[in-house]
Amino acid sequence: MIEVLAPGPYATVQDLGRPGYAHLGVPRSGAADAAGLRLANRLVGNPEGSAGLELTFGGARLRFLSGAWIAVTGAACPLTVVSGTGAHGMAVPFWLPPGAELRVGAPAAGLRTYVAVRGGIDVEPVLGSRSTDSLSGLGPEPLRAGTRLPVGATGALAPIRADHASAGALPPPVLRVLAGPRDDWFAPGALAGLCARPYEVTQDSNRVGVRLRGTALEWARRGELPSEGVVTGAIQVPPSGQPIVFLADHPPTGGYPVIGVVLDADLPVAAQARPGDALTFRLVRR
Amino acid sequence: MSLVRPAGEHGLLVETGSLAASHRLDALLRAERPAEVEEIVPGPETVLVVARGGGQSRLRARLAELADLASAGGDSPALSEKVVTIPVVYDGADLPSVAAETGLTVPEVIARHTGTELVAGWLGFAPGFAYLTGLDPVLHVPRLTTPRTSVPAGSVAIAGPYAAVYPTASPGGWRLLGRTSLRVWDVHADPPSLLPPGTRVRFEAT
Repeated sequence: MIEVLAPGPYATVQDLGRPGYAHLGVPRSGAADAAGLRLANRLVGNPEGSAGLELTFGGARLRFLSGAWIAVTGAACPLTVVSGTGAHGMAVPFWLPPGAELRVGAPAAGLRTYVAVRGGIDVEPVLGSRSTDSLSGLGPEPLRAGTRLPVGATGALAPIRADHASAGALPPPVLRVLAGPRDDWFAPGALAGLCARPYEVTQDSNRVGVRLRGTALEWARRGELPSEGVVTGAIQVPPSGQPIVFLADHPPTGGYPVIGVVLDADLPVAAQARPGDALTFRLVRR
Repeated sequence: MSLVRPAGEHGLLVETGSLAASHRLDALLRAERPAEVEEIVPGPETVLVVARGGGQSRLRARLAELADLASAGGDSPALSEKVVTIPVVYDGADLPSVAAETGLTVPEVIARHTGTELVAGWLGFAPGFAYLTGLDPVLHVPRLTTPRTSVPAGSVAIAGPYAAVYPTASPGGWRLLGRTSLRVWDVHADPPSLLPPGTRVRFEAT
């Protein structure tokens, strides 16, 4: 059992989401930086899709009522174990004795930090997933002080094999983009405009999408696009011309044209961008 | 020849041109259900197919074939055989204003609302929120200028050319005609929605 003493600015339980229900209006949800959660899970010997915690701007304090192996990935934060083993590094499995308190500081760069615990967070799944969907409200409530999170059984898990994964340098703030499906909805030169200069990430970005400010992308058509299915990574452009990159909790259908889609490999870059950061798009060919 | 537009690395957006063709393509795809297909999302004029892993070009060719079949119409099944009957208590807050705007009496509004068979076109806005198409054109009224902050689950409502049942409590600007005790959305049920795309629906006054 984990007791949340303080969740930080915003923290949720996340796994890899609930695919297969988009036609019923259900967002996929899941970790915004799925690669970060997968790595944390691998480090503690969990299946990659086990549920962990997604912290936003760090700042969490967690008490582990039973002893547990954990690993922390994503945006790098100072980690301290109170009345335990002191400071710890990112992307390394470590043991927390029963009753230990983990303090996660604020990240110097990046936005979302993942905490995986061996056995996984074992809250009740909804439609096959333990993820909090911030758009629809499916899944557990966001964490609050006092939230208690059960941890799953560890008996059948593989042994922990890695002792450290390179956290590496932060990737460059570049999002590679495939054009379409609605690039023909835009004025000529809009794709070039998208890639011309960096966009600034705005304050109202969240798990639904990264909202950007920069070169306005002009529609060539007037009127309404009938609602259609959209994918994660889609760059949707409302009439304001300011693009939104859809993250995990994006609505499964949308009525604004999608000029391009960010490559899967670059979704963690989008998910780790914080308000004020600059992001540059680069068009790639199929 | 149907147009298949790529949507990123895993998405293919098929232009069907009509909701009926979207439903036919949806039915064909669900019957065939290639293993790599993760999502099939019909819309008014498109179907989005999300498939991970290889075989994208083969899938794309197959989608174009099936979309042509769907556009041609014919006898391919599109709609559910079963009709879901939704029992409604017509006591909605907007019933009088809808009557006034349409020049009907309240009993006439109810008769129009129960008088046609509707079809679940697609879902969106919230999990389980089905846009029901086929509403009597006389009942096409605009949504509220100021949405309500909370509309209870089970509220039966109309807006523009659509009817709907609120699957969960949520903010909403649709015009409320009444309420139903039928649970159209239940995350513990399999499938969780009574109204997937292509479902035939009829409202009934109780």
